[in-house]
Amino acid sequence: MSRSQTSTQLAILAAFLLAIFVVVPWIIAASGRFDLYYTLTSVALLSIASAGVWLTFYIGRINIGQGAYALMGGYVSAILVVQAGLSFWLTLPLAGMFCAAISVLIGLPILRLRGVYFAMVTLVLTEVARLTALALPITNGAKGMVSIPLPGPIGFGGFNLVPNFATLKTPNLAFYYLSMVLMCLCFGAMYRLVHSRIGKLCQSLQQNEELASSIGVNITLLRVIAYAISSFLGGLSGAIFVGIAQSIYPSSFTVTDSVNFMLNCFLGGLGYVFGPIIGTFLLYFGWDLLFQTGPYQLLIFSSLLIIFMLVLPNGLLSLNPFAGKKA
Amino acid sequence: MSAGETILEVKGISRRFGGLVAVNDVSFNVAEKQILSVIGPNGAGKSTLFKLIASFLTPSAGEVLFQGARISGLSPHIVARKGVVRTFQETTVFKAMTVRENIVIAHHLRSHAGLTGFYFGSQIARSDEAEFGRSADEIIDFLGLAEQRDKLASSLPHGHLRALGIGIGLATNPKLLLLDEPFAGMNHDETSRAVAMVGRVRERGVTVVLVEHDMPAVMKISDRVVVLNFGVKIAEGTPAEIQRNDKVIEAYLGSEDASIGL
Repeated sequence: MSRSQTSTQLAILAAFLLAIFVVVPWIIAASGRFDLYYTLTSVALLSIASAGVWLTFYIGRINIGQGAYALMGGYVSAILVVQAGLSFWLTLPLAGMFCAAISVLIGLPILRLRGVYFAMVTLVLTEVARLTALALPITNGAKGMVSIPLPGPIGFGGFNLVPNFATLKTPNLAFYYLSMVLMCLCFGAMYRLVHSRIGKLCQSLQQNEELASSIGVNITLLRVIAYAISSFLGGLSGAIFVGIAQSIYPSSFTVTDSVNFMLNCFLGGLGYVFGPIIGTFLLYFGWDLLFQTGPYQLLIFSSLLIIFMLVLPNGLLSLNPFAGKKA
Repeated sequence: MSAGETILEVKGISRRFGGLVAVNDVSFNVAEKQILSVIGPNGAGKSTLFKLIASFLTPSAGEVLFQGARISGLSPHIVARKGVVRTFQETTVFKAMTVRENIVIAHHLRSHAGLTGFYFGSQIARSDEAEFGRSADEIIDFLGLAEQRDKLASSLPHGHLRALGIGIGLATNPKLLLLDEPFAGMNHDETSRAVAMVGRVRERGVTVVLVEHDMPAVMKISDRVVVLNFGVKIAEGTPAEIQRNDKVIEAYLGSEDASIGL
């Protein structure tokens, strides 16, 4: 990669960080549109879950089941906070790891399936997760779990590294920063993954599993790792959503959400690590912007999506090769 | 025929698919640095036998021993780690990667670093990468693909794709390379170049087992030939012996002269 390309990338990265951490909060404060914090927080969290889906695409699997892990992660966090009295912060990695562990159990048999067969099974997963949440006593069934306390402080002695969210005047802003930081960490880690040899191994899986296997790649292991990372991200994002909403119901994440996670990846571009961020942003705001069209919202929205995929099959980022973010 | 030590033993293997017996009690040995070809009419069970050796299929009966140890029933990637590597019938390569990327990724077996090492770019991982790149360039030059080095595999013509397939096999540093129809769909010139290439692969110290339709090429290149018909081994011997064998001529009846290269 040429030097000027690298510096262009660094400039784009710096501009992006400046925008989300300084410019956007400043604009929101100036315009008084504080509701945008919640919208942008959602975009950040949804893009984290979509990043997981993107990774499963990267090993050649269509994953329409991320909603199941988001729901699972949300419940794990809620139950640990409410029943076990754990700190919200501790439940974040625990929720992610719980989802990753479950996904290994589920993934071992189903990752052998390919194409539409894997997609169908994952599609069912979300519904299974919803029905499980309805049936289990610990999830409180259809009544859901409400009045979950806001995240407490992180600190040592008297010094708080992260403040107690309950005492903040603007917990929205705090959640915004939290989500943006996590989104940056998540996509930084993904970028590294894709640009290391592991990324190439994932590509070899996507392009031809038999050949990958015959050159000695442990395809079963790699598939399960990718799926576990994906589910970890799904669970993590679900857990934070619950922290924000302070409640969770079996219908908090549905099949529609699972499909949207997948669409986010398509829209941004399956060949680009940062595709899910762009895709989520576009899908989320695109839907909101069409709100004025009333009953025609879904019709216009889905027609636009179809046209978009016909015109730009490789996603929005394929328009800008200059960014050089191709995975 | 150069008689080295036996590297591969196929011991009475059979494979059934439902009621069909695709391979029936086939046995033969392959000596080190030998080129052994498996031939037979369409549907003779060649490809099934090939998959059984590479452990992409598990035999219904019998076993395959590599360097004295049983490899039947192990996962393909474990068998590959032991040094038995297959190429594919079709032009199977990683199409969306360049020639060099294809061969570099195929060095996977030789890596010393683990996945976490590659993720964090450890010292070992970096030295692995450097070594893979160097070795890949050597293989590319060896196969005469230097001009195609940075071209996408999907843009390569047939002959180069086949060479790339062999290059991917070589990158794994195999002891035994299984070639599935390496000359299929090639014209005369391409075939003679490919035959020469397989000969050079053997000179690198690699034992070669190939499954092939192209009789003149097989007769030219092989040390030994195994003939299958309806899943049963009907003959084994040097190319000269096979060309004189009545059973083989019978199996190819109707086009014997042309097709077995007499």
